[in-house]
Amino acid sequence: MTLPALGWQGLVVLATFGISLLIATYCTYAERVIAAFLQDRVGPDRAGPFGLLQPLADAVKLFTKEEFFPAGANRALFVFGPCLAMITALMSSAVIPFGNFLKFGDTEIHLQGIEINVGMLYVFGIVSLGVYGIMIGGWASNNKFSLLGAIRAASQNISYELAMGLALIAVLMMSGTLSLREITLQQTHVGGGWHIGDIFTWNVFKQPLGFVIFIVCAFAETNRTPFDLPECETELIGGYHTEYSSMKMGLYLFAEYVNVFVATAVMSVLYFGGFNYPFQYEFLDFLTNKTSLSADWAHNIFVLMGVVAMFAKIFTGIFFFMWVRWTLPRFRYDQLMRLGWTILIPLAIFNILLTGGLITFGVIQ
Amino acid sequence: MESLSKRAKVLEKKPMTLAERAYLPAIFQGLSITMQHFFRAATKKQVTIRYPEETRPFSPVFRGLHVLKRDEAGRERCTACGLCAVACPAEAITMVAGERKKGEENLYREEKYAVSYEINMLRCIFCGLCEEACPKAAVYLQADKMAPPRFERDEFIYGKDRLVEPVTPDNRSKRGIQLTPEQADKLRASMA
Repeated sequence: MTLPALGWQGLVVLATFGISLLIATYCTYAERVIAAFLQDRVGPDRAGPFGLLQPLADAVKLFTKEEFFPAGANRALFVFGPCLAMITALMSSAVIPFGNFLKFGDTEIHLQGIEINVGMLYVFGIVSLGVYGIMIGGWASNNKFSLLGAIRAASQNISYELAMGLALIAVLMMSGTLSLREITLQQTHVGGGWHIGDIFTWNVFKQPLGFVIFIVCAFAETNRTPFDLPECETELIGGYHTEYSSMKMGLYLFAEYVNVFVATAVMSVLYFGGFNYPFQYEFLDFLTNKTSLSADWAHNIFVLMGVVAMFAKIFTGIFFFMWVRWTLPRFRYDQLMRLGWTILIPLAIFNILLTGGLITFGVIQ
Repeated sequence: MESLSKRAKVLEKKPMTLAERAYLPAIFQGLSITMQHFFRAATKKQVTIRYPEETRPFSPVFRGLHVLKRDEAGRERCTACGLCAVACPAEAITMVAGERKKGEENLYREEKYAVSYEINMLRCIFCGLCEEACPKAAVYLQADKMAPPRFERDEFIYGKDRLVEPVTPDNRSKRGIQLTPEQADKLRASMA
């Protein structure tokens, strides 16, 4: 890789970082507004037009609040916990392809932080590291409720990671690669001529059962309702972040939203065709042949539309996460474990067998 | 046993069907309900009253902040007879009476008037007994004003400066205790 190309790639990495933070920031606002609308309320509308500056007001509030350390807490780990949660949350968005590549003459800029051929494995590794942030924070608080929340988080993540991985294997059996970019490109319809969009080449139509398992596990992995037992207010006060105040608390809440963003991004890559969008090749054809744009610019506009499509999918996913949160009540702990171990894992294994059979008999590739 | 309301439903405890055990149909039902609420919030008029900009309409018989009325000529009606203070169950009213001097006939209606008249709004229970006790129709509880919140306790002791209504009729409370004919009709209709 040449030096300028490296510079461009650095910019893409920075942009990914910034976008993750920005989306997480506005998730806090969106969550409140969506919650309010679902409950026939108004939601925050005081700070700025439609309350759009609410996240800023929250940040000011969190930064200026008292930093509180409980007596008997392990101070170093108490600070390290939220940092780790935030770092791991931000790291996983690095491998997500937000678009294909932009072309300026000979320079190609891939709209992806780092392209590695084990992208999916990387995301899984980082996400499972994320539970350490919760675990360490909960333990360091020297509080029974925090510890209970942390233990719940750990056991929940282990149980659901299993089913999630098994659901994913079925996708990988079809794609034959772990690279997120490759998986996305495989969901492109390559045939010429007119076809009903590209949506039926998306994995969600080939792996409906796997998708349902994956999304249920994604809810559990990000600790969102109906699986938010680690922070379960009714039983555990605040769960693992009971003792946290000020921006350390903010980091935990923020990390959750970054995780939601990453989870929906991974989901749209794996199951909804990533940056592919319906009628994309007709659009490219139109841009190159019917307009006076140069070939590079026609390609770039086509790719940027893909970025828009990718983010549309992500935002729809985030909305769905919030919609579910304000609809479903929380599971009981034994129900959570039973769902994970006795229903989702057998279903995921069945899905693998089914996929294997269908591949063997050549129904799908 | 005979059901009193005739609305009791007999429930049979039977094992759940597959669809119920799968849980997903119920989830989608729930999601559709919340989505209806989402669009209702976006389209229909919301029930929320955004307080500082909007206020909830008061009832015409609401008993709010007191006012010491003036008569048609703009003279204070209160003669400091003390009946309101006696009637007050919370002992919120105190007053000092004084004699009207020559040349003050345009200020006070009777020969005796209240030099000071104080109501402690923290003690007052807004029962309206002072209003009923007043023989001169001087003290009223306004239907459209409330004692606003303050930081200091002594600011809740309202003296004559804040109780006597302004001299110019335009500045007076728009909705006094006297009901307009429409308000009276509305009230009668709502009580019927």
